[in-house]
Amino acid sequence: MTAVAIEKPTTTTRIAPKRIPTTRVVSVELRKMFDTRSGFWLMASIGILAVLATAAVILWAPDDELKYSTYATAFGFPMAVLLPMIAILSVTSEWSQRSGLTSFTLIPHRGRVISAKAIAAVLIGVASMLVAFAIGAVGNLVGTAITGTNLTWDITFNDFWLIILANVLGMAVGFMLGVLIRNSPGAIVAYFVYSLVLPTAFAILAELQGWFRDLQPWVDFNYAQSALFNGMPSGEQWANLGVAGAIWLVVPLTVGLILVLRSEVK
Amino acid sequence: MIKVEALTKRYGAFTAVDDVSFTAAAGRVTGFLGPNGAGKSTTMRIMVGLTPASSGSAAISGRRYADLPNPGLEVGVLLDASAQHAGRTGREILAIAAHTMGLPKARVGEMLERVSLTDNEANRRVRNYSLGMRQRLGIATALIGDPEVLILDEPANGLDPAGIRWMRDLLRDYANRGGTVLLSSHLLHEIEVIADDIVVIGNGRIVAQGTKTELLQAAGTHVRSADPDYLARALAVSGVTVTRSGDGALRTDADPALVGKIALDAGVALTELRAADGAGLEEMFLELTADTQREGVAA
Ligand SMILES: Nc1ncnc2c1ncn2[C@@H]1O[C@H](COP(=O)(O)OP(=O)(O)OP(=O)(O)O)[C@@H](O)[C@H]1O
Ligand SMILES: [Mg+2]
Repeated sequence: MTAVAIEKPTTTTRIAPKRIPTTRVVSVELRKMFDTRSGFWLMASIGILAVLATAAVILWAPDDELKYSTYATAFGFPMAVLLPMIAILSVTSEWSQRSGLTSFTLIPHRGRVISAKAIAAVLIGVASMLVAFAIGAVGNLVGTAITGTNLTWDITFNDFWLIILANVLGMAVGFMLGVLIRNSPGAIVAYFVYSLVLPTAFAILAELQGWFRDLQPWVDFNYAQSALFNGMPSGEQWANLGVAGAIWLVVPLTVGLILVLRSEVK
Repeated sequence: MIKVEALTKRYGAFTAVDDVSFTAAAGRVTGFLGPNGAGKSTTMRIMVGLTPASSGSAAISGRRYADLPNPGLEVGVLLDASAQHAGRTGREILAIAAHTMGLPKARVGEMLERVSLTDNEANRRVRNYSLGMRQRLGIATALIGDPEVLILDEPANGLDPAGIRWMRDLLRDYANRGGTVLLSSHLLHEIEVIADDIVVIGNGRIVAQGTKTELLQAAGTHVRSADPDYLARALAVSGVTVTRSGDGALRTDADPALVGKIALDAGVALTELRAADGAGLEEMFLELTADTQREGVAA
């Protein structure tokens, strides 16, 4: 059955192993995002949907709307859904697929594995947005060439980074829910409750209760994030973002991390 | 070497692992034997840091598992062969392990060959693997870092007879070259054939441990004669209590030399006299875990 010689388990010349470098942990986590069929198509769908959104703008947008910001809005929708899913699954699959049994045995420091996942998710998020912006730019060139309208680049460098930041924050929310819930379907459902139900609830509350209207920017994370899409936020808007983010992102993420570190992996 | 000291794990009021201490020595295969739910897997999970202990400690080559800089190169672990992302190919799972440990890619192919997974099988997704194929992949993952210590939970599970034989030889060879092997099983025969040392656990507590030879001796003597009733009486007169197996053989805790001498003095011709092995360990296992195993005492 085995013709291959077995190497010696013990040798006197064994060199002491070195600590696994963080760059390697991150590259392993990146690899794990692509190496399943579902992971691969999730990644591929970023490019595919950006192309489709761009094509839709060229085909159906009125000529006077053929400007860069229209493309950015169009591919912004699929990105805002896909990127958080990628972040969620990178965490939850370790539990839902039980691969964590191996991951956390090969690297017996869960904090290292989770932070490598966070770094990998941010890298993917930024790279995806750059790809989407590039596809949108090509669309803008093609669209104006077809219709003969003027080329309009109406997204400033600041807008560009703020939109990327907003999407990375969306991923961070997904990541947080993944860490907190550690179950793929559960975290995905929670994400939609978080991003659809919660803002609606806050909007209704602000509508009905006058006193809440002043408070909303400080406690409604979604509302605070909307400032990122309207030019450079003011100092107060940044403060809103920080406070609301602390409540809806930092605190639950901390709780989730503590649970992950203490829990049993089975 | 693996050293487990006073390890205890409580789940609420239930104690799954209760003050367990044992050592798995280098150069030996240590069998961790116990009925379902005895606490074998829990003990092993604690060893590698997947489950936090309530108290006590486990050390591998003198260090806590979490303190190993690159554990895959020092300890090969197989806890549950089915715990893999179903959407990855077997080859990719090995490649991730090799990548994490910083091993060259060539190791993946070598390991696949070593556990007899063909190229075709290696490129299949794990969701389509048979139990035995998963087990082979799990063993490959444990061995890929060429570790000195192996911790394997029911490694023979799902392997065909040739696979069981292959694994037995592999582990024997590993220990003979100075490696430490700890493997759990509820299959008595498996442990008996392969282990040098045996640790028996029931209801979270260690009920017996020692070398296989010691434990087998403790299991007593198997003796047979043409007239079992007369032999039984002769032994009883000399203060040796016996139990009867259905087929006319007698079993006793006394050692074979004493039984032979009593038979000679009583003038009984023996047709068989030997240390109770095989079934011996099984009986010991059933006896030792009689109050802990599910079916009660087997008659
Ligand atoms: N999270 C938990 N909460 C409560 N009880 C648990 C938990 N995990 C394990 N147990 C219990 O601990 C006991 C030991 O389980 P363990 O898996 O270690 O047994 P085992 O010896 O490996 O059995 P088997 O031979 O069936 O694999 C069982 O009674 C199990 O139900
Ligand atoms: Mg078990």
